[in-house]
Amino acid sequence: MNRIALFIPLVVFAILTLFLLKGLDRDPTELPSALVGEAFPNFVLPSLADEQTFFSERDLGGRVVLVNVWATWCFACRIEHPMLNQLATEGVAIIGLNYKDQDQQARQWLERKGNPYVFNIVDSKGTLGFDLGVTGAPETYLVDAQGIIRYRRVGVVDQRVWDDEINDLYQQLSGEVK
Amino acid sequence: MIAELGHFALIIALAMALLLSLVPMVGSFKGYSSWMRLANSLSLGQLLFVAISFVCLAIAFLMDDFSLKYVSQNSNTALPDHYKISAVWAAHEGSLLLWALILAGWTAAVALFSRSLPLVLSARILSILGAISVGFALFLILTSNPFERLLPMVPIEGADLNPLLQDIGLIIHPPMLYMGYVGFAVPFAFAIAALIGGQFDSAWARWSGPWINLAWVFLTIGITLGSWWAYYELGWGGWWFWDPVENASLMPWLVGTALMHSVSATEKRGVFRSWTLLLAIFAFSLSLLGTFLVRSGILTSVHAFASDPERGVFMLMFLAIVTGGSLIIFALRGPAMQKVSAYSGWSREVMLLINNLILVSAMTMILIGTLYPLVADVLDLGKISVGPPYFNFFFVPLTVGLVIAMGIAVFTRWKSTEVNLILGKIPVPFLVAIISAGILPFYLSVDYSYSITGGLTIFMSVWLVATIAKDLIEKLGINLKRIAKLSHSYLGMQLAHTGLAICILGVGLSSTYDQTRELRMAPGDKALIAGYEFTFSGVNPIAGPNFSAFQAQIKVTKNNQLVANLFPEKRHYNAGGQVMTEADIDPSITRDIYVSLGEPLADGAWALSLQVKPFVRCIWLGALMVGIGGLLAATDRRYRRRRQSASNNEVAL
Repeated sequence: MNRIALFIPLVVFAILTLFLLKGLDRDPTELPSALVGEAFPNFVLPSLADEQTFFSERDLGGRVVLVNVWATWCFACRIEHPMLNQLATEGVAIIGLNYKDQDQQARQWLERKGNPYVFNIVDSKGTLGFDLGVTGAPETYLVDAQGIIRYRRVGVVDQRVWDDEINDLYQQLSGEVK
Repeated sequence: MIAELGHFALIIALAMALLLSLVPMVGSFKGYSSWMRLANSLSLGQLLFVAISFVCLAIAFLMDDFSLKYVSQNSNTALPDHYKISAVWAAHEGSLLLWALILAGWTAAVALFSRSLPLVLSARILSILGAISVGFALFLILTSNPFERLLPMVPIEGADLNPLLQDIGLIIHPPMLYMGYVGFAVPFAFAIAALIGGQFDSAWARWSGPWINLAWVFLTIGITLGSWWAYYELGWGGWWFWDPVENASLMPWLVGTALMHSVSATEKRGVFRSWTLLLAIFAFSLSLLGTFLVRSGILTSVHAFASDPERGVFMLMFLAIVTGGSLIIFALRGPAMQKVSAYSGWSREVMLLINNLILVSAMTMILIGTLYPLVADVLDLGKISVGPPYFNFFFVPLTVGLVIAMGIAVFTRWKSTEVNLILGKIPVPFLVAIISAGILPFYLSVDYSYSITGGLTIFMSVWLVATIAKDLIEKLGINLKRIAKLSHSYLGMQLAHTGLAICILGVGLSSTYDQTRELRMAPGDKALIAGYEFTFSGVNPIAGPNFSAFQAQIKVTKNNQLVANLFPEKRHYNAGGQVMTEADIDPSITRDIYVSLGEPLADGAWALSLQVKPFVRCIWLGALMVGIGGLLAATDRRYRRRRQSASNNEVAL
């Protein structure tokens, strides 16, 4: 019995290694969503600024927009926020999806850190997030003028991600609109 | 040219590591003492060449050699010189080179300070360290060469160092952390050498003891610095996020702590032998796992400054060889170590076992929490993230259990202790702790209300300190001069445990009584938080060496007496365009006043975050004491005396 017990650590480690090996094939930051190339899911959800106003997927259309999933409980969103502010001053239309958050805290956040969003959708129960396959915050979707999701980023959008992955696609899609 | 020299030196270091991993090991089996003796000079040679390589990279940074891809990505002509040097380890390639340098340093230290060890044992230990070096040198040269050129298109200017890393904390935090991670390679090598040779006795435990302590001290200080850096540099007052990278450093720390305690039982009483060996293997394996998790980008983390999945395969192979290989040796040779020994219910052995079980459970909970998102993804259960509530849920009760056990353990003796003796000593510290926990929280709150978390925190800290004090008083009597007679390892233990009590006090009180207010303030506005009056006088533009900034001026007063003038900044870095929040802090032991500047609002008003954090500084002060305690224990007389007498024996022979 004792002899066999000595092999237990080895077996546990072997199983762990298998998982790590399989995990390597999966990139946690990119595209687990089957939604790229498909229409943005249907929704009717209230505005953060005014609970009486409701938005739907039709409010996204007609222009190229970034849909940014964020929350005040999300640490990485603090790091991402200045970049969003900068993009907004450069004229990029960003729509916020305030995900599983408290309205009051979310409004304070925007007041304190600046508001880069054209408008904010409140998804307090995470229903739209579920349809989108949101895994956490922050996430960012690039949606074209026809309401088709063209790109998805899991994690922070910083200058490098914007330059390397989003900007060209954004410019190209915006060009098509004009 | 300098870069090529560095690259070449690295290749020579690899060759030396290869020789070191083979020649003394083969010699130890064949009984060739000249082959075994080569281990020392090869260890020193390896250090020399890795150091040359490292210095070459540092020179390339100082000379702004942007033809090197690594330099151009992580530096800039406007970067101050001390940051150019710390930029050497700001990203993947340089971090690995620093890692290799530190490993070579530890190896050389073992070669220099283990002359009293039996030749076969020291040759094998150095050989195993050499084999680990081979892995890292290959990793560097094959997948992560920091000396890669960008020719012929040489950039005129570099991309600059990530502004988050432009900070004094980041100059010393990674080297300290790596000293700890890599330091666990030494007990690991001791363990494998013992398994190969089948000799694993009290002498082994005494030889490896100081190395375990030293590695653990570095890791303790490294983690403390990391937490301190996050607190003042990330700009919102948090100090621990249960981020995968932080967890990766906490896991080897917990196992290292367990190892330090179990090795003392092995040394004094010859118990827990297999367990101690297993912990030594795990402490280093978890350090490697941490490197793998951070460097492969397999988990998302805010720390993922530079990750690359392709390198993950190499790291994982390395981890599989090192850990898998050593666990196979452990499974095959382990039984030789079994020894039956007698100890009873209330002995110190049992208390150490409880300590080990709690620490290893804590490590396992963190490992599960860190890897669960990955496992769930692989099993197609969807992408899931595990947040602080999970970790706190397990960590708080485990800490409470650990602290209670620590208080009792102080009064126990090896082999067995009379139950009545322990029961006789417990009531006074327990009553002191309960009474403090019942009263003090009322005075700590702003409105004289009672908080359970505050009470629990005070109970734990006072209980620990009171038991330590009682034990010290019994040992010293009223004659303080007798303190010199107590051993360093005893004093180190008591200091480290007191440090933990202070750290727990800081963690508990700062999270319970933290006062944070996010406000919109126009120049001249005042705000009152926890008795402090904050007056905002406005914002001025200022210029730094490689950034421009807005600097706010905030006057803090209490009862109309000036407490501090604080100047938080909002910096805009020229090269990368990043915006950073630089908080300003008025520190003191009993509270930090923490101010950070948010976004500009209409009409000259700004968003401000004003925080009063009671006892937050105790977190790092306590952790530092824990580290110093470990250092004190590492200098215990028994480590030095035996070594001296052993070398005398050699002379006599």
